[in-house]
Amino acid sequence: MSDTRDETPDYGDWEPVIGLEVHAQLLTESKLFCGCSASFGAAPNAHTCPVCMGFPGVLPVLNERALEFAIRTGIATGCTIPTRARWARKNYFYPDLPKGYQISMFDEPLAIGGGIDVETPAGTKRVRLTRIHMEEDAGKNIHDTDDAHSLVDLNRAGVPLMEIVSEPDIASAAEAADYLRTLRSLLQYLEVCDGNLEQGSFRCDANVSVRKKGDPKLGTRTEIKNINSFRNVERAIDSEIRRQIDLIESGGTVRQETRGWDADRGRTLAMRSKEDAHDYRYFPEPDLLPLEVPRERIEAIRGELPELPAARRDRFVEQYGIPDYDAGVLTARRDLADYYEAAVRTHPNPKALSNWVMGDVLRTVRERGLDEALVIRDWPVSAESLGRLVARIDDGTISGKIAKTVLEEMLASGAEPDDVIERKGLRQVTDAGAITGAVEEVLAANPDKVAEYRGGKDKLLGFFVGQIMKATGGKANPQAVNQILRARLGEPGTSSGG
Amino acid sequence: MPVSLEDVDHIARLARLGLTDEERTALRGELESILGYVEQLAKLDTGGVEPTASMRDDSTPTRPDRTSNDDDAEKLVERAPDRQGTYLRVPKIIEASE
Repeated sequence: MSDTRDETPDYGDWEPVIGLEVHAQLLTESKLFCGCSASFGAAPNAHTCPVCMGFPGVLPVLNERALEFAIRTGIATGCTIPTRARWARKNYFYPDLPKGYQISMFDEPLAIGGGIDVETPAGTKRVRLTRIHMEEDAGKNIHDTDDAHSLVDLNRAGVPLMEIVSEPDIASAAEAADYLRTLRSLLQYLEVCDGNLEQGSFRCDANVSVRKKGDPKLGTRTEIKNINSFRNVERAIDSEIRRQIDLIESGGTVRQETRGWDADRGRTLAMRSKEDAHDYRYFPEPDLLPLEVPRERIEAIRGELPELPAARRDRFVEQYGIPDYDAGVLTARRDLADYYEAAVRTHPNPKALSNWVMGDVLRTVRERGLDEALVIRDWPVSAESLGRLVARIDDGTISGKIAKTVLEEMLASGAEPDDVIERKGLRQVTDAGAITGAVEEVLAANPDKVAEYRGGKDKLLGFFVGQIMKATGGKANPQAVNQILRARLGEPGTSSGG
Repeated sequence: MPVSLEDVDHIARLARLGLTDEERTALRGELESILGYVEQLAKLDTGGVEPTASMRDDSTPTRPDRTSNDDDAEKLVERAPDRQGTYLRVPKIIEASE
């Protein structure tokens, strides 16, 4: 995740209108309609069976956890869950779709309406949802093996997806990225999707059109596919907005079409499409009965919803007295928020721990490139250890500066803070006698600097402090050093104040 | 309800069917008679009747989320017309951009 972003681009008197379709892979063990594993990375076609390979005579049976996850998402986004949904066949021919149709939902989706509150620099923005429905994923084609053939791996075919469709309420590329971050965070909190863009478990298509400001009529839209990072979401949408404006201003018209994002060239390209590519001839799936979800089941799922990011953010501000910005960063990911709260339980200094988590922990996580994975799983320092480390600063055992050294050692070896402090002899020296000794040594070694200081060059105080810290291996308590040093040197020059 | 030969061609293309001229004409007649029958049904007043989604008055059954596959790609892939390792092999798919 990036904190930096360009200023809102200026499109003159044009106004972009953006709607997003997100395909989120549900975190189930098995596929939507068969018992094959839904996990990523197996040998080609290892996770297949006659059902997901589309052999004749097989029948799909619905995965109940996938259904529960989709309902959970619908409830958490304020959707209406109709008493009945219906499966539909979406018919098209492609080698990654073994049955010749995808089991999806069409006119009776699982969840309708609702919306997501997105924090933007301009305040909270409500993006309405059109619908959420369930469907099965397709397989994977590999094209670059030889000139005459493509290869097909059906491990992904039949993996459960949820498609979340927004209304065209999004007004800029940056807002689209904010929406996606918010949605991803929500799905991670709900534990229904891992939100991994690179591995394709959270995929986004964008519908983009432009119109003159104030024009109530929508322009012709294009659909952009193949966007696989938050950065590319912004780039792809911005580039498509500019392409459409340039086209219209030079007398052309926008064609309704599907365009692919080419990250290397930084622009969208029309994908070759036949005129009937969207003629899917949906019809009710005869192999599955309608989906009737009893009210009690919906209410039970509602009752089990975890605390959601917006509520948790408010609670952090209230309960821990940390700034809203900090609470926003800490609650953006459920695992990070859990980590922070566990650290605070170990050592109740919420402000200091917030600084450590937002500073050293997140910085190291980014440096190690872990920020797309679940942060804490790969982070070697437990929340309790971090709490104990900060406790050692607060009880005066080590200074904040030494604590950073201790953390590095904890990261490298997985050791506990107390072990590192003892083993490396990092305990802070607060004993006045020992510090006075070091002060005397440094002053005796630098008589000329002492004279300069007394002559009025008060900036030299920092030099003496530095030398003393060096002589004590950084272990001297800085406040004690300052106090003893000032007492020993007296006021610089003749000035008495300052 | 009249069905044109263009309608027949369109549907045949979506279904990837190659039809001879005789088949096109025959199918056009059959489709017209099927649609004519549906037109007759459509004349009935069904205003107060809920659409039938299934003959069974039941919700679709579910199964627990457990894996049960045996990771044996071999025995399924060997039935495919062409393969490479445990990949299925098909004629080149062209995904060109203009």
